Amino acid sequence: MAFITATDLSLGYDSQVIVSGLNFTVNRGDYLCIVGENGSGKTTLMKTLLHLKEPVGGQIVTGDGLKKNEIGYLPQQTLVQRDFPASVKEIVLSGCQGRCGMRPFYNREEKSLARENMERMGILALADRCYRDLSGGQQQRVLLARALCATRKILLLDEPVAGLDPVVTAQMYDLIKDLNRDGITIIMISHDIEAAMKYASHILHIGDRVFFGTIDEYRKSETGHFFIEGQKDGVESNG
Amino acid sequence: MDKLILYLQYPFVRYALIVGVLIALCSSLLGVTLVLKRFSFIGDGLSHVAFGAMAIAAVLQLTNEMVIILPVTVISAVLLLRTGKNARIQGDAAIAMVSVGALAFGYLLMNVFSTSPNLSGDVCSTLFGSTSILTLTQTEVWVCVVLSVAVVLIFLFFYNRIFAVTFDEDFSRAAGTRADAYNLMIAVVIAVIIVLAMNLVGSLLISALVIFPALSAMRVFNSFRSVTVCSAILSVVSAFFGIVLSILAGTPVGSTIVAVDVAVFLVCYAVGAAKGGFRK
Ligand SMILES: Nc1ncnc2c1ncn2[C@@H]1O[C@H](COP(=O)(O)OP(=O)(O)O)[C@@H](O)[C@H]1O
Ligand SMILES: [Mg+2]
Repeated sequence: MAFITATDLSLGYDSQVIVSGLNFTVNRGDYLCIVGENGSGKTTLMKTLLHLKEPVGGQIVTGDGLKKNEIGYLPQQTLVQRDFPASVKEIVLSGCQGRCGMRPFYNREEKSLARENMERMGILALADRCYRDLSGGQQQRVLLARALCATRKILLLDEPVAGLDPVVTAQMYDLIKDLNRDGITIIMISHDIEAAMKYASHILHIGDRVFFGTIDEYRKSETGHFFIEGQKDGVESNG
Repeated sequence: MDKLILYLQYPFVRYALIVGVLIALCSSLLGVTLVLKRFSFIGDGLSHVAFGAMAIAAVLQLTNEMVIILPVTVISAVLLLRTGKNARIQGDAAIAMVSVGALAFGYLLMNVFSTSPNLSGDVCSTLFGSTSILTLTQTEVWVCVVLSVAVVLIFLFFYNRIFAVTFDEDFSRAAGTRADAYNLMIAVVIAVIIVLAMNLVGSLLISALVIFPALSAMRVFNSFRSVTVCSAILSVVSAFFGIVLSILAGTPVGSTIVAVDVAVFLVCYAVGAAKGGFRK
Protein backbone atom coordinates (compact mmCIF):
# COMPACT_ATOMS: atom_id res chain seq x y z
CA MET A 1 0.00 0.00 0.00
CA ALA A 2 1.24 3.49 -0.90
CA PHE A 3 1.97 6.35 1.51
CA ILE A 4 -0.58 8.57 -0.17
CA THR A 5 -3.25 7.59 -2.66
CA ALA A 6 -5.44 10.29 -4.18
CA THR A 7 -8.50 9.21 -6.07
CA ASP A 8 -10.53 11.49 -8.29
CA LEU A 9 -9.54 14.42 -6.14
CA SER A 10 -10.94 17.88 -6.78
CA LEU A 11 -9.71 20.98 -5.01
CA GLY A 12 -11.05 24.44 -4.48
CA TYR A 13 -12.35 27.04 -2.09
CA ASP A 14 -15.96 27.27 -0.97
CA SER A 15 -16.97 24.59 -3.45
CA GLN A 16 -15.51 26.66 -6.29
CA VAL A 17 -13.42 24.05 -8.06
CA ILE A 18 -9.87 24.92 -9.11
CA VAL A 19 -8.62 21.51 -10.27
CA SER A 20 -10.40 18.22 -10.59
CA GLY A 21 -9.72 14.66 -11.66
CA LEU A 22 -6.45 14.22 -9.82
CA ASN A 23 -5.34 10.61 -9.47
CA PHE A 24 -1.91 9.82 -8.14
CA THR A 25 0.00 7.70 -5.67
CA VAL A 26 3.12 8.43 -3.66
CA ASN A 27 5.17 5.46 -2.54
CA ARG A 28 7.92 5.23 0.04
CA GLY A 29 11.12 6.70 -1.39
CA ASP A 30 9.49 8.56 -4.27
CA TYR A 31 10.52 12.05 -5.30
CA LEU A 32 7.44 13.68 -6.71
CA CYS A 33 7.55 17.10 -8.32
CA ILE A 34 4.34 19.06 -8.70
CA VAL A 35 4.51 21.47 -11.61
CA GLY A 36 2.03 23.82 -13.24
CA GLU A 37 1.40 27.47 -13.89
CA ASN A 38 0.96 30.08 -11.18
CA GLY A 39 -2.46 29.85 -9.61
CA SER A 40 -3.10 26.37 -10.93
CA GLY A 41 -3.68 25.06 -7.42
CA LYS A 42 -0.35 23.54 -6.37
CA THR A 43 -0.32 25.13 -2.93
CA THR A 44 -3.96 24.25 -2.51
CA LEU A 45 -3.16 20.62 -3.29
CA MET A 46 -0.40 20.61 -0.71
CA LYS A 47 -2.65 22.09 1.94
CA THR A 48 -5.21 19.44 1.16
CA LEU A 49 -2.61 16.70 1.50
CA LEU A 50 -1.74 18.14 4.90
CA HIS A 51 -5.40 18.09 5.93
CA LEU A 52 -5.31 21.85 6.39
CA LYS A 53 -8.38 22.00 4.19
CA GLU A 54 -10.96 19.57 2.96
CA PRO A 55 -11.01 18.41 -0.66
CA VAL A 56 -14.07 19.49 -2.64
CA GLY A 57 -14.44 15.96 -3.97
CA GLY A 58 -12.66 12.61 -4.11
CA GLN A 59 -10.46 11.28 -1.36
CA ILE A 60 -6.96 10.99 0.01
CA VAL A 61 -5.95 7.77 1.71
CA THR A 62 -2.75 7.49 3.70
CA GLY A 63 -1.23 4.07 4.21
CA ASP A 64 1.98 2.09 4.63
CA GLY A 65 2.16 3.11 8.28
CA LEU A 66 2.11 6.85 7.56
CA LYS A 67 0.23 8.77 10.21
CA LYS A 68 -1.47 12.07 9.57
CA ASN A 69 0.93 14.09 11.68
CA GLU A 70 4.10 12.42 10.44
CA ILE A 71 4.39 14.77 7.50
CA GLY A 72 7.06 17.46 7.46
CA TYR A 73 6.07 20.68 5.75
CA LEU A 74 8.04 23.58 4.35
CA PRO A 75 5.53 26.31 3.55
CA GLN A 76 5.83 29.21 1.16
CA GLN A 77 7.17 31.99 3.35
CA THR A 78 4.58 34.12 5.05
CA LEU A 79 4.72 37.77 5.96
CA VAL A 80 4.57 37.16 9.70
CA GLN A 81 7.81 35.24 9.71
CA ARG A 82 9.82 37.99 8.13
CA ASP A 83 10.14 40.13 11.24
CA PHE A 84 9.60 37.47 13.83
CA PRO A 85 11.99 37.60 16.76
CA ALA A 86 12.93 33.95 17.14
CA SER A 87 16.23 32.15 17.33
CA VAL A 88 17.06 29.34 14.92
CA LYS A 89 17.06 26.88 17.82
CA GLU A 90 13.56 27.85 18.91
CA ILE A 91 12.18 27.45 15.41
CA VAL A 92 13.77 24.08 14.72
CA LEU A 93 12.65 22.78 18.10
CA SER A 94 9.09 23.82 17.35
CA GLY A 95 9.10 21.11 14.69
CA CYS A 96 8.96 18.57 17.51
CA GLN A 97 5.62 19.72 18.84
CA GLY A 98 3.68 17.00 17.04
CA ARG A 99 5.60 14.46 19.16
CA CYS A 100 4.72 16.13 22.44
CA GLY A 101 1.09 15.15 22.69
CA MET A 102 -0.29 16.93 25.72
CA ARG A 103 3.12 17.41 27.32
CA PRO A 104 3.77 21.16 27.56
CA PHE A 105 7.57 21.17 27.30
CA TYR A 106 10.15 19.53 25.08
CA ASN A 107 12.17 16.66 26.54
CA ARG A 108 15.83 15.87 26.12
CA GLU A 109 15.25 13.49 23.26
CA GLU A 110 13.45 16.16 21.26
CA LYS A 111 16.16 18.71 21.99
CA SER A 112 18.84 16.37 20.69
CA LEU A 113 16.72 15.61 17.63
CA ALA A 114 16.59 19.34 16.91
CA ARG A 115 20.35 19.55 17.32
CA GLU A 116 20.87 16.60 15.03
CA ASN A 117 18.76 18.15 12.30
CA MET A 118 20.49 21.52 12.61
CA GLU A 119 23.76 19.70 12.14
CA ARG A 120 22.40 17.82 9.15
CA MET A 121 21.34 21.09 7.52
CA GLY A 122 24.65 22.76 8.37
CA ILE A 123 23.12 25.46 10.54
CA LEU A 124 24.34 24.38 13.98
CA ALA A 125 26.64 27.39 14.13
CA LEU A 126 23.63 29.66 13.61
CA ALA A 127 21.62 28.11 16.46
CA ASP A 128 21.43 31.27 18.55
CA ARG A 129 21.12 33.68 15.68
CA CYS A 130 17.89 35.47 14.93
CA TYR A 131 15.87 34.03 12.09
CA ARG A 132 15.04 37.40 10.55
CA ASP A 133 18.74 38.26 10.19
CA LEU A 134 19.57 35.20 8.09
CA SER A 135 19.89 35.03 4.33
CA GLY A 136 17.09 33.47 2.28
CA GLY A 137 19.00 30.24 1.81
CA GLN A 138 19.80 29.95 5.51
CA GLN A 139 16.17 30.58 6.40
CA GLN A 140 15.07 27.77 4.12
CA ARG A 141 17.55 25.44 5.81
CA VAL A 142 16.09 26.37 9.17
CA LEU A 143 12.58 25.56 7.99
CA LEU A 144 13.84 22.34 6.44
CA ALA A 145 15.47 21.33 9.73
CA ARG A 146 12.18 22.08 11.48
CA ALA A 147 10.28 19.93 8.98
CA LEU A 148 12.76 17.10 9.57
CA CYS A 149 12.00 17.26 13.30
CA ALA A 150 8.39 16.52 12.45
CA THR A 151 9.04 13.48 10.28
CA ARG A 152 11.41 10.73 9.26
CA LYS A 153 9.18 9.66 6.40
CA ILE A 154 7.85 12.32 4.08
CA LEU A 155 8.51 16.00 3.34
CA LEU A 156 6.19 18.39 1.54
CA LEU A 157 8.08 21.37 0.15
CA ASP A 158 6.28 24.38 -1.31
CA GLU A 159 8.64 26.17 -3.69
CA PRO A 160 11.71 25.70 -1.53
CA VAL A 161 13.99 27.61 -3.87
CA ALA A 162 11.80 30.63 -4.56
CA GLY A 163 13.85 33.79 -4.24
CA LEU A 164 17.22 32.06 -3.87
CA ASP A 165 20.20 32.79 -6.09
CA PRO A 166 21.42 30.08 -8.51
CA VAL A 167 24.29 28.82 -6.34
CA VAL A 168 22.16 28.51 -3.23
CA THR A 169 19.38 26.99 -5.30
CA ALA A 170 21.72 24.25 -6.51
CA GLN A 171 22.83 23.59 -2.92
CA MET A 172 19.23 23.36 -1.81
CA TYR A 173 18.42 20.86 -4.55
CA ASP A 174 21.43 18.75 -3.56
CA LEU A 175 20.37 18.83 0.07
CA ILE A 176 16.90 17.63 -0.84
CA LYS A 177 18.31 14.95 -3.10
CA ASP A 178 20.48 13.70 -0.22
CA LEU A 179 17.46 13.53 2.05
CA ASN A 180 15.64 11.52 -0.58
CA ARG A 181 18.62 9.18 -0.89
CA ASP A 182 18.50 8.69 2.89
CA GLY A 183 15.00 7.29 2.44
CA ILE A 184 12.80 10.33 2.96
CA THR A 185 9.95 10.63 0.51
CA ILE A 186 9.78 14.05 -1.14
CA ILE A 187 6.84 15.93 -2.58
CA MET A 188 8.02 19.25 -3.96
CA ILE A 189 6.31 22.10 -5.74
CA SER A 190 8.58 23.69 -8.27
CA HIS A 191 8.51 26.18 -11.10
CA ASP A 192 11.79 24.93 -12.36
CA ILE A 193 10.94 22.17 -14.83
CA GLU A 194 14.60 21.48 -15.64
CA ALA A 195 15.43 20.77 -12.01
CA ALA A 196 12.28 18.70 -11.72
CA MET A 197 13.35 16.58 -14.69
CA LYS A 198 16.81 16.20 -13.23
CA TYR A 199 15.97 15.22 -9.65
CA ALA A 200 12.45 13.86 -9.48
CA SER A 201 11.24 10.31 -9.99
CA HIS A 202 7.63 11.29 -10.70
CA ILE A 203 5.83 14.34 -12.04
CA LEU A 204 2.37 15.59 -11.26
CA HIS A 205 1.35 18.30 -13.66
CA ILE A 206 -1.76 20.26 -12.77
CA GLY A 207 -3.55 22.91 -14.75
CA ASP A 208 -5.75 22.75 -17.83
CA ARG A 209 -4.34 19.33 -18.48
CA VAL A 210 -3.51 16.96 -15.71
CA PHE A 211 -0.71 14.45 -15.91
CA PHE A 212 0.75 11.98 -13.46
CA GLY A 213 3.56 9.52 -14.16
CA THR A 214 7.28 8.90 -14.04
CA ILE A 215 9.80 11.29 -15.51
CA ASP A 216 10.18 9.21 -18.68
CA GLU A 217 6.44 8.99 -19.19
CA TYR A 218 6.16 12.74 -18.71
CA ARG A 219 8.89 13.49 -21.22
CA LYS A 220 7.08 11.41 -23.81
CA SER A 221 3.62 12.74 -23.02
CA GLU A 222 2.05 15.56 -24.92
CA THR A 223 1.52 17.69 -21.80
CA GLY A 224 5.13 17.26 -20.74
CA HIS A 225 6.55 17.88 -24.17
CA PHE A 226 4.52 21.04 -24.47
CA PHE A 227 5.40 22.33 -20.99
CA ILE A 228 9.12 21.56 -21.16
CA GLU A 229 9.49 23.23 -24.55
CA GLY A 230 7.35 26.15 -23.39
CA GLN A 231 9.62 26.77 -20.41
CA LYS A 232 12.74 26.59 -22.53
CA ASP A 233 11.32 29.12 -24.97
CA GLY A 234 10.33 31.30 -22.05
CA VAL A 235 13.83 31.21 -20.65
CA GLU A 236 15.42 31.99 -24.00
CA SER A 237 13.16 34.89 -24.79
CA ASN A 238 13.56 36.24 -21.26
CA GLY A 239 17.25 36.16 -21.12
CA MET B 1 10.99 59.61 49.13
CA ASP B 2 9.39 60.37 52.47
CA LYS B 3 6.25 61.21 50.67
CA LEU B 4 6.30 57.81 48.95
CA ILE B 5 6.76 55.94 52.24
CA LEU B 6 3.94 57.94 53.72
CA TYR B 7 1.70 57.04 50.81
CA LEU B 8 2.62 53.36 51.07
CA GLN B 9 0.96 53.30 54.48
CA TYR B 10 -2.37 53.66 52.75
CA PRO B 11 -3.89 50.34 51.66
CA PHE B 12 -5.30 51.83 48.46
CA VAL B 13 -1.81 52.75 47.30
CA ARG B 14 -0.51 49.27 48.02
CA TYR B 15 -3.50 47.75 46.23
CA ALA B 16 -2.87 49.98 43.25
CA LEU B 17 0.77 48.91 43.07
CA ILE B 18 0.01 45.19 43.39
CA VAL B 19 -2.79 45.25 40.86
CA GLY B 20 -0.90 47.53 38.52
CA VAL B 21 2.18 45.33 38.46
CA LEU B 22 0.12 42.16 37.94
CA ILE B 23 -1.89 43.66 35.11
CA ALA B 24 1.27 44.96 33.47
CA LEU B 25 2.80 41.48 33.68
CA CYS B 26 -0.22 39.78 32.09
CA SER B 27 -0.70 42.31 29.37
CA SER B 28 2.91 42.13 28.27
CA LEU B 29 3.00 38.33 27.97
CA LEU B 30 0.70 38.11 25.00
CA GLY B 31 1.89 41.38 23.50
CA VAL B 32 4.44 39.70 21.26
CA THR B 33 1.87 37.26 19.90
CA LEU B 34 -0.61 40.05 19.38
CA VAL B 35 1.80 42.24 17.49
CA LEU B 36 3.12 39.44 15.31
CA LYS B 37 -0.23 37.95 14.48
CA ARG B 38 -1.52 41.36 13.51
CA PHE B 39 -4.05 40.96 16.31
CA SER B 40 -3.35 44.37 17.80
CA PHE B 41 -6.49 45.77 16.25
CA ILE B 42 -8.52 43.10 17.96
CA GLY B 43 -7.12 44.32 21.25
CA ASP B 44 -8.13 47.84 20.39
CA GLY B 45 -11.61 46.83 19.30
CA LEU B 46 -12.14 44.73 22.39
CA SER B 47 -11.23 47.53 24.72
CA HIS B 48 -13.95 49.64 23.15
CA VAL B 49 -16.40 46.79 23.49
CA ALA B 50 -15.45 46.58 27.14
CA PHE B 51 -16.25 50.27 27.43
CA GLY B 52 -19.70 49.66 25.96
CA ALA B 53 -20.25 46.80 28.39
CA MET B 54 -19.15 49.00 31.24
CA ALA B 55 -21.74 51.57 30.23
CA ILE B 56 -24.45 48.91 30.25
CA ALA B 57 -23.32 47.77 33.66
CA ALA B 58 -23.40 51.34 34.91
CA VAL B 59 -26.91 51.89 33.56
CA LEU B 60 -28.15 48.67 35.17
CA GLN B 61 -26.45 49.86 38.34
CA LEU B 62 -24.77 46.53 38.95
CA THR B 63 -22.56 46.38 41.97
CA ASN B 64 -20.14 44.00 40.35
CA GLU B 65 -19.56 45.25 36.82
CA MET B 66 -17.36 42.27 35.90
CA VAL B 67 -20.46 40.08 35.61
CA ILE B 68 -21.36 41.85 32.38
CA ILE B 69 -18.04 43.14 31.11
CA LEU B 70 -16.13 39.88 31.18
CA PRO B 71 -18.59 37.67 29.25
CA VAL B 72 -19.42 40.38 26.70
CA THR B 73 -15.75 41.01 25.99
CA VAL B 74 -14.90 37.32 25.76
CA ILE B 75 -17.77 36.66 23.34
CA SER B 76 -16.73 39.63 21.22
CA ALA B 77 -13.18 38.33 21.16
CA VAL B 78 -14.37 35.02 19.77
CA LEU B 79 -16.59 36.71 17.18
CA LEU B 80 -13.90 39.15 16.06
CA LEU B 81 -11.45 36.30 15.62
CA ARG B 82 -13.96 34.55 13.38
CA THR B 83 -14.58 37.54 11.14
CA GLY B 84 -10.89 38.37 11.05
CA LYS B 85 -10.33 35.04 9.32
CA ASN B 86 -13.12 35.44 6.85
CA ALA B 87 -11.61 36.74 3.67
CA ARG B 88 -14.87 38.12 2.36
CA ILE B 89 -15.75 40.48 5.18
CA GLN B 90 -12.70 42.60 5.69
CA GLY B 91 -11.43 41.73 9.16
CA ASP B 92 -10.13 45.23 9.84
CA ALA B 93 -13.35 46.87 8.79
CA ALA B 94 -15.41 44.55 10.97
CA ILE B 95 -13.27 45.37 13.98
CA ALA B 96 -13.45 49.09 13.30
CA MET B 97 -17.23 48.85 13.01
CA VAL B 98 -17.61 46.97 16.26
CA SER B 99 -15.23 49.15 18.18
CA VAL B 100 -16.57 52.51 17.07
CA GLY B 101 -20.12 51.25 17.42
CA ALA B 102 -19.48 50.11 20.99
CA LEU B 103 -17.93 53.45 21.89
CA ALA B 104 -20.88 55.38 20.51
CA PHE B 105 -23.50 53.19 22.16
CA GLY B 106 -21.64 53.21 25.44
CA TYR B 107 -21.55 56.99 25.55
CA LEU B 108 -25.14 57.25 24.40
CA LEU B 109 -26.33 54.88 27.12
CA MET B 110 -24.42 56.69 29.78
CA ASN B 111 -25.80 60.00 28.61
CA VAL B 112 -29.42 58.96 28.41
CA PHE B 113 -29.68 56.84 31.52
CA SER B 114 -27.03 58.13 33.82
CA THR B 115 -28.09 59.45 37.20
CA SER B 116 -24.61 60.58 38.06
CA PRO B 117 -24.13 64.31 38.56
CA ASN B 118 -20.68 64.23 36.99
CA LEU B 119 -21.23 62.46 33.69
CA SER B 120 -18.20 63.65 31.79
CA GLY B 121 -16.04 62.76 34.77
CA ASP B 122 -17.43 59.21 34.71
CA VAL B 123 -16.87 58.84 30.99
CA CYS B 124 -13.40 60.23 31.23
CA SER B 125 -12.46 57.83 33.98
CA THR B 126 -13.72 54.80 32.05
CA LEU B 127 -11.85 55.90 28.97
CA PHE B 128 -8.62 56.95 30.64
CA GLY B 129 -8.91 55.07 33.92
CA SER B 130 -8.09 58.18 35.89
CA THR B 131 -9.19 57.09 39.31
CA SER B 132 -10.49 53.54 39.30
CA ILE B 133 -7.10 52.04 40.12
CA LEU B 134 -6.99 54.08 43.32
CA THR B 135 -10.46 53.12 44.45
CA LEU B 136 -10.17 49.34 44.33
CA THR B 137 -11.96 47.30 46.96
CA GLN B 138 -10.34 44.25 48.52
CA THR B 139 -12.60 41.94 46.49
CA GLU B 140 -11.55 43.60 43.27
CA VAL B 141 -7.94 43.16 44.23
CA TRP B 142 -8.50 39.45 44.82
CA VAL B 143 -10.37 38.97 41.55
CA CYS B 144 -7.50 40.66 39.82
CA VAL B 145 -4.87 38.54 41.56
CA VAL B 146 -6.67 35.29 40.74
CA LEU B 147 -7.22 36.20 37.07
CA SER B 148 -3.63 37.36 36.68
CA VAL B 149 -2.21 34.19 38.16
CA ALA B 150 -4.47 32.18 35.84
CA VAL B 151 -3.24 34.13 32.81
CA VAL B 152 0.41 33.66 33.75
CA LEU B 153 -0.05 29.92 34.38
CA ILE B 154 -1.87 29.41 31.09
CA PHE B 155 0.85 31.29 29.29
CA LEU B 156 3.65 29.26 30.86
CA PHE B 157 1.88 25.97 30.30
CA PHE B 158 1.17 26.66 26.63
CA TYR B 159 4.31 28.69 25.93
CA ASN B 160 5.68 26.32 23.30
CA ARG B 161 2.33 25.96 21.55
CA ILE B 162 1.75 29.69 21.54
CA PHE B 163 5.17 30.18 19.99
CA ALA B 164 4.52 27.57 17.32
CA VAL B 165 1.05 28.80 16.46
CA THR B 166 2.25 32.39 16.29
CA PHE B 167 5.25 31.62 14.13
CA ASP B 168 3.55 29.33 11.64
CA GLU B 169 -0.07 28.37 12.02
CA ASP B 170 -0.19 26.03 9.01
CA PHE B 171 2.84 24.08 10.13
CA SER B 172 1.44 23.62 13.63
CA ARG B 173 -1.84 22.47 12.25
CA ALA B 174 -0.16 19.99 9.92
CA ALA B 175 1.76 18.64 12.92
CA GLY B 176 -1.54 17.95 14.64
CA THR B 177 -1.76 21.00 16.92
CA ARG B 178 -5.28 22.31 17.16
CA ALA B 179 -4.38 25.82 16.10
CA ASP B 180 -7.97 27.04 16.15
CA ALA B 181 -8.31 26.04 19.77
CA TYR B 182 -5.15 27.95 20.63
CA ASN B 183 -6.25 31.01 18.70
CA LEU B 184 -9.47 30.88 20.64
CA MET B 185 -7.57 30.55 23.88
CA ILE B 186 -5.37 33.50 22.97
CA ALA B 187 -8.45 35.59 22.16
CA VAL B 188 -10.15 34.70 25.45
CA VAL B 189 -7.03 35.45 27.45
CA ILE B 190 -6.69 38.79 25.65
CA ALA B 191 -10.28 39.59 26.56
CA VAL B 192 -9.61 38.80 30.22
CA ILE B 193 -6.48 40.93 30.18
CA ILE B 194 -8.34 43.83 28.63
CA VAL B 195 -11.06 43.71 31.23
CA LEU B 196 -8.40 43.68 33.93
CA ALA B 197 -6.42 46.45 32.34
CA MET B 198 -9.44 48.71 32.11
CA ASN B 199 -9.03 49.34 35.83
CA LEU B 200 -5.48 50.41 35.37
CA VAL B 201 -5.35 52.57 32.29
CA GLY B 202 -8.93 52.84 31.05
CA SER B 203 -10.20 51.44 27.80
CA LEU B 204 -8.54 53.85 25.39
CA LEU B 205 -5.03 53.20 26.59
CA ILE B 206 -5.09 49.40 26.93
CA SER B 207 -3.54 48.73 23.54
CA ALA B 208 -0.57 50.83 24.56
CA LEU B 209 -0.08 48.71 27.66
CA VAL B 210 -0.17 45.53 25.58
CA ILE B 211 1.85 46.63 22.59
CA PHE B 212 4.57 49.01 23.75
CA PRO B 213 6.57 46.59 25.95
CA ALA B 214 6.51 43.97 23.18
CA LEU B 215 7.65 46.44 20.54
CA SER B 216 10.38 47.73 22.83
CA ALA B 217 11.70 44.25 23.57
CA MET B 218 11.58 43.31 19.88
CA ARG B 219 13.94 46.18 19.11
CA VAL B 220 16.63 44.85 21.39
CA PHE B 221 16.33 41.07 21.61
CA ASN B 222 16.45 38.30 19.06
CA SER B 223 14.82 35.20 20.45
CA PHE B 224 11.20 34.67 21.36
CA ARG B 225 12.06 33.76 24.92
CA SER B 226 14.26 36.77 25.59
CA VAL B 227 11.75 39.09 23.94
CA THR B 228 8.97 37.69 26.12
CA VAL B 229 10.99 37.93 29.33
CA CYS B 230 12.23 41.38 28.47
CA SER B 231 8.81 42.75 27.63
CA ALA B 232 7.42 41.37 30.88
CA ILE B 233 10.18 43.08 32.85
CA LEU B 234 9.86 46.37 30.95
CA SER B 235 6.12 46.36 31.40
CA VAL B 236 6.25 45.67 35.14
CA VAL B 237 8.95 48.25 35.75
CA SER B 238 7.15 50.89 33.68
CA ALA B 239 3.89 50.26 35.46
CA PHE B 240 5.54 50.44 38.86
CA PHE B 241 7.33 53.70 38.16
CA GLY B 242 4.32 55.08 36.34
CA ILE B 243 2.11 54.52 39.36
CA VAL B 244 4.67 55.90 41.79
CA LEU B 245 5.27 58.93 39.57
CA SER B 246 1.59 59.62 39.22
CA ILE B 247 1.09 59.47 42.97
CA LEU B 248 4.01 61.76 43.66
CA ALA B 249 3.24 64.22 40.89
CA GLY B 250 -0.51 63.98 41.10
CA THR B 251 -0.88 63.05 37.44
CA PRO B 252 -3.48 60.58 36.04
CA VAL B 253 -2.26 57.01 36.56
CA GLY B 254 -3.06 55.51 33.17
CA SER B 255 -1.52 58.18 31.02
CA THR B 256 1.56 58.36 33.22
CA ILE B 257 2.17 54.62 32.81
CA VAL B 258 1.73 54.85 29.07
CA ALA B 259 4.04 57.85 28.95
CA VAL B 260 6.71 55.80 30.73
CA ASP B 261 6.08 52.95 28.26
CA VAL B 262 6.60 55.33 25.36
CA ALA B 263 9.80 56.67 26.89
CA VAL B 264 11.09 53.12 27.35
CA PHE B 265 10.22 52.35 23.74
CA LEU B 266 12.23 55.34 22.52
CA VAL B 267 15.22 54.21 24.56
CA CYS B 268 14.93 50.65 23.21
CA TYR B 269 14.58 51.98 19.69
CA ALA B 270 17.81 53.92 20.08
CA VAL B 271 19.58 50.93 21.66
CA GLY B 272 18.36 48.64 18.89
CA ALA B 273 19.46 51.07 16.21
CA ALA B 274 22.88 51.46 17.78
CA LYS B 275 23.22 47.71 18.23
CA GLY B 276 22.42 46.28 14.87
CA GLY B 277 22.10 49.00 12.31
CA PHE B 278 18.62 49.95 11.20
CA ARG B 279 16.12 47.18 10.90
CA LYS B 280 13.24 48.48 8.88
N1 LIG C 1 -7.82 31.21 0.69
C1 LIG C 1 -8.28 31.22 -0.58
N2 LIG C 1 -9.59 31.46 -0.85
C2 LIG C 1 -10.05 31.48 -2.11
N3 LIG C 1 -9.29 31.26 -3.20
C3 LIG C 1 -7.98 31.02 -3.04
C4 LIG C 1 -7.40 30.98 -1.71
N4 LIG C 1 -6.07 30.71 -1.82
C5 LIG C 1 -5.84 30.59 -3.16
N5 LIG C 1 -6.98 30.76 -3.88
C6 LIG C 1 -7.10 30.66 -5.33
O1 LIG C 1 -6.83 29.34 -5.71
C7 LIG C 1 -6.08 29.30 -6.90
C8 LIG C 1 -4.88 28.41 -6.73
O2 LIG C 1 -3.99 28.97 -5.79
P1 LIG C 1 -2.65 28.24 -5.35
O3 LIG C 1 -2.99 26.85 -4.94
O4 LIG C 1 -1.99 29.10 -4.35
O5 LIG C 1 -1.82 28.22 -6.70
P2 LIG C 1 -0.27 27.88 -6.96
O6 LIG C 1 0.35 27.51 -5.66
O7 LIG C 1 -0.30 26.78 -7.95
O8 LIG C 1 0.34 29.12 -7.55
C9 LIG C 1 -5.75 30.72 -7.26
O9 LIG C 1 -6.60 31.11 -8.32
C10 LIG C 1 -6.07 31.52 -6.03
O10 LIG C 1 -6.58 32.78 -6.38
MG1 LIG D 1 1.87 28.38 -4.48
